[in-house]
Amino acid sequence: MVTLLGRRLLATIPLLFLVSLVVFALVHALPGDPAVLFLGEEADPETLARFRVRLGLDRPLVAQYAAWLGRALRGDLGRSLRTNQPVAEAILERLPVTLELLVAALSVSLAIAIPMGIVSAVKRNSGVDLVSTVFALVGFAMPGFWLGIILIYVFALLLRWLPPSGWVPLPASVPQNLLSLVLPAFTLGTALAALVTRQLRSGMLEVLRQDYVRTAQAKGLSERQVVGKHALKNALISVVTVVGLQLGGLLGNTIITETLFALPGVGRLMIDAIFSRDFFVVQGVILFLAVGYVLSNLLVDVLYSYLDPRIRLH
Amino acid sequence: MDGASLTAIALRQFRRSHVGRVGAALVATFLGLTALAPLLAPYDPVATDFTTVLAPPSWTHPFGTDDIGRDILSRVIHGSRVSLEAGLFTVAVALVVGLPLGLAAGFVGGRVDDLIMRAVEVILSFPTLVLALGITAILGPKLIHALFAIGVVFVPHFARLIRGQVLAVKENDFVAAATALGATDLRVVVLHVLPNCIAPLLVQSSFSISFAILTEAALSFLGLGTQPPTPSWGIMLSTARGYLEQAPWLGAFPGLAIFLTVLGFNLLGDGIRDALDPRLTL
Repeated sequence: MVTLLGRRLLATIPLLFLVSLVVFALVHALPGDPAVLFLGEEADPETLARFRVRLGLDRPLVAQYAAWLGRALRGDLGRSLRTNQPVAEAILERLPVTLELLVAALSVSLAIAIPMGIVSAVKRNSGVDLVSTVFALVGFAMPGFWLGIILIYVFALLLRWLPPSGWVPLPASVPQNLLSLVLPAFTLGTALAALVTRQLRSGMLEVLRQDYVRTAQAKGLSERQVVGKHALKNALISVVTVVGLQLGGLLGNTIITETLFALPGVGRLMIDAIFSRDFFVVQGVILFLAVGYVLSNLLVDVLYSYLDPRIRLH
Repeated sequence: MDGASLTAIALRQFRRSHVGRVGAALVATFLGLTALAPLLAPYDPVATDFTTVLAPPSWTHPFGTDDIGRDILSRVIHGSRVSLEAGLFTVAVALVVGLPLGLAAGFVGGRVDDLIMRAVEVILSFPTLVLALGITAILGPKLIHALFAIGVVFVPHFARLIRGQVLAVKENDFVAAATALGATDLRVVVLHVLPNCIAPLLVQSSFSISFAILTEAALSFLGLGTQPPTPSWGIMLSTARGYLEQAPWLGAFPGLAIFLTVLGFNLLGDGIRDALDPRLTL
């Protein structure tokens, strides 16, 4: 397993290098002057010239990229033009919020999808199956930000059970933190729950047709044992695939969820930076999220080959 | 098999699919709204009326009015045009760039394939919305920039799909026969390979349009897509956030419009996919 992880990690290095090149090119190689992009068109020529020299924007692009990459590899993503705070520090400060939101959304989606997927496969064409089909269609087509608005209206404004927005850090109060997380987690997790439900249902139906399941049934095992011990384990492999494929969507949607619920996470940092033209922060966050996405895909890949030995052998 | 053409079989299969029919009906309604928007909308979508601010749904304003007295029904109807533009423009960008790349990668193979697929892999390494946001942020918050950004993030999906199809199609005997008869590579690709890629492209385009509509709405919701006063469902939802307690109808109708349109294209894609699946048709 360690060898496999090492091999995959080595294969990822060139990809990460190319990703860094795209992130750099996004700001520096697009038409237009990066200094104008950073300071705005209203900046006078002297200020622009000073800015170019200070940030090395007057040097050749290759030299600029090499210097930027060298600093990024040491964890230096530059400083915010607005607050002068190191970008890496700003990201790390907000990372716990985003990670907590991601974990909560993933937990919500699996908590909904796994029982729903299993029951709709086992009780195929029943009322539960119909409910799960409708849920999957609706959940997947519903824009997350609209669902969030509906949840805020119903649970925060009408019923007053949960806060409409805002964030209480975990160390400050565990119950308050969890309460502030409920609506964002459901907003972010519902679409994934819909997808996983469908995937698990079809995965389970496929597995339930296999000979070894029939053998387990013939041995006299209860339905619970057959489904829980024999079918579910294999059907869950497809769930890992779907979750892995959807990680990018989940990461992207944290930006919308954090903005809607005023959560001080990495996504919100990016949106604030875009509106204040703080492009070092924008660049840093994009690089951070892309690298995070590549590495989490790598982990899913390794987990996948752990769950399915056939992949390891080939 | 009754000797009917494959297209006729697919159409018959599609007509039998409940999912596909519901999707087609929703999409047809959406297209009808966009085409007839000026005729159907009862008011000018950008005309303000400060005497009817935040009015609830009524006979004069069936969907109510917004914070500056604009008729929400008219804005929802006209907003469909931005969404259609988003869907068609982004799929066009993805096709114009992704189709030749996919064809070249699959047909030429070798180093060309390696190079194109590596580039595709790099773009796919970015979470879609993050990359679209990044491009829009750098180019500036405008609808056309947002649409271009969404199109760019779709390119790899189209290129990869086409490449896979080409790899499968080019092993067929009819391609070998065309080559043996002296057809040029371009002729083989255009006349023999490309027509066999249309079916999966149709399915992919349908899903991509729904995803583009969602992404445009998301970018506009964040303030980086369509700019006011142009009516866009995403902007309308963004405005609704501020008036949830006083005027919940502000968000209800544009949200429902996005939901039904996206659902329509998703179901249509499902219907087309099922109709074109040979395992189901034979």
